[in-house]
Amino acid sequence: MRDVAIVSVAQTDHRRAVPELNEVEMIQPVIQTVLEQIDAKISDIGFTCSGSSDYLAGQAFSFVMTLDAVGAWPPIVESHVEMDGAWALYEAWLKIQSGHADTALVYGYSKASPGDLPRVLSRQLDPYYYGPLWPDSVAMAGLQARAMLDKGMITEAEMAEIAHRSRTSAESNPHAQVKGSPSVDQLLAEDYLSNPLRKHDCAPVTDGGCAVVIAAGDRAREWADNPAWIRGIDHRVDSHNFGARDITRAPSAALAAEKAGVSDGQVDVAELCAPFTHQERILRNELGLGDDVEVNPSGGALAANPIMGAGLIRLGEVANRIMAGDAGRGVAHATSGHLLQQNLVAVLEGSS
Amino acid sequence: MAESDMEDRSTSTMPGGLWTQPSVSVPDIGDGEVIQRITEPASLHYSYTPGRAPTRFLRGLAEGKLLGGRAEGHDAVYPGSRGMDPVAARPTVESVEVGPDATVTAFCIVHIGFGEKAPPTPFVSALILPDGAAASMYGTVLGIPYEEVRIGMRVRPVWVPEEELGLTSENITHWEPTGEPDVPAEQLKGHM
Repeated sequence: MRDVAIVSVAQTDHRRAVPELNEVEMIQPVIQTVLEQIDAKISDIGFTCSGSSDYLAGQAFSFVMTLDAVGAWPPIVESHVEMDGAWALYEAWLKIQSGHADTALVYGYSKASPGDLPRVLSRQLDPYYYGPLWPDSVAMAGLQARAMLDKGMITEAEMAEIAHRSRTSAESNPHAQVKGSPSVDQLLAEDYLSNPLRKHDCAPVTDGGCAVVIAAGDRAREWADNPAWIRGIDHRVDSHNFGARDITRAPSAALAAEKAGVSDGQVDVAELCAPFTHQERILRNELGLGDDVEVNPSGGALAANPIMGAGLIRLGEVANRIMAGDAGRGVAHATSGHLLQQNLVAVLEGSS
Repeated sequence: MAESDMEDRSTSTMPGGLWTQPSVSVPDIGDGEVIQRITEPASLHYSYTPGRAPTRFLRGLAEGKLLGGRAEGHDAVYPGSRGMDPVAARPTVESVEVGPDATVTAFCIVHIGFGEKAPPTPFVSALILPDGAAASMYGTVLGIPYEEVRIGMRVRPVWVPEEELGLTSENITHWEPTGEPDVPAEQLKGHM
């Protein structure tokens, strides 16, 4: 295996809606920044991979237009996933592992504001059984939270505590969309949005994106004083048939964590992509993270949730803490689909 | 069906008990009519905003002007830009009027039209390079038999009446020949 590291991270200042910009205008400054931070040009990049969704853009082949922000002339080697940018990073990592590139630019972004996000996300469901019922993503997550409450895995107060802690942490995140939180008691006094979920249990709707540069070996050392080495990365998927699995668990997350080697060392920091409060509990369980592990110091997806970017941001947040020397070893997680159906886990480590 | 298909079975490589395949059973549905096809209507609604550069372009069109975008410190002007100089990968922050006279750089003869405003087939859909622009834009070429359209042919836009101008690309109904001599193909290198 080649040593591959994250060497540069940039993201938008996340907002509920960015109506004055189209997608390419929104993501271009992030791509420019992620390259300028390491004094690189697109000609220094061996592979470019993006994650986005036409369903969010409301436009076919929207990602092709966003390539205008990269500078694809002379022609570049390029790919796209209709997934979170974390999976685009996985593809780029494979490209480097297979020796076809030494460096890669990865980005993930969306404008969720033009559409009705919970309804748009229902199109991820199978077209025969669940899809025609149009269950929205919040209602689906509500079923999961209810199942956990019924099993005694969590309480509504603990869910509110997760929301409070995440959004309080986000106060120190300059890119966060939702910063600060009323007290847990005040949160619990609010009405339900989709019983048993209250508004604070749900990630905000966000327009935004993230870009990352990864590089192999000496190139990584050249571009960063303390690269965030990807020591393990794996992704797994559970059945799309929610009736066929225990929705209070995410076995694919446990398996990805095992393959990525999460338990092989101390975890200083973990960034988990949990768009609903109760899902953080599931992920802590599946990844085997103890209460001593600092989770989502950035505020996580509850502070800003640009679909197709939120998972890549988790990798970026962990990498930034390692590159800054604030953490030695960290875990990043991304999710896709409903109810933590598909999960990616990466272990990042500093040089020492 | 094999006997093993009828049993609840664990899937290999998966943690014990978490993934099991339920046994296969086919319910008896009697002699009722077999439903082979259903229709499920589906729709999603978007409130789309064009962004900064396309907004400038559309406002230009509303004034009967063809605008392009230019990035700071770069020469190329992109008509109807999405907002980027795609070679420099920088935003086109400056608006520059291009055309309206232009040159056909590529075309196809359309035999199957679609949309309420499609002209009678066959007609020509072309890539059209406005004077002063670095890239072509799509347009319909009318006012000449379709078999006489050629690369290098000079054309100009035909606009809707001034009182009908709006924030739409439909302001230009089509392009028609100017009658000027053709531009030699060598001069269109890089634009075809």
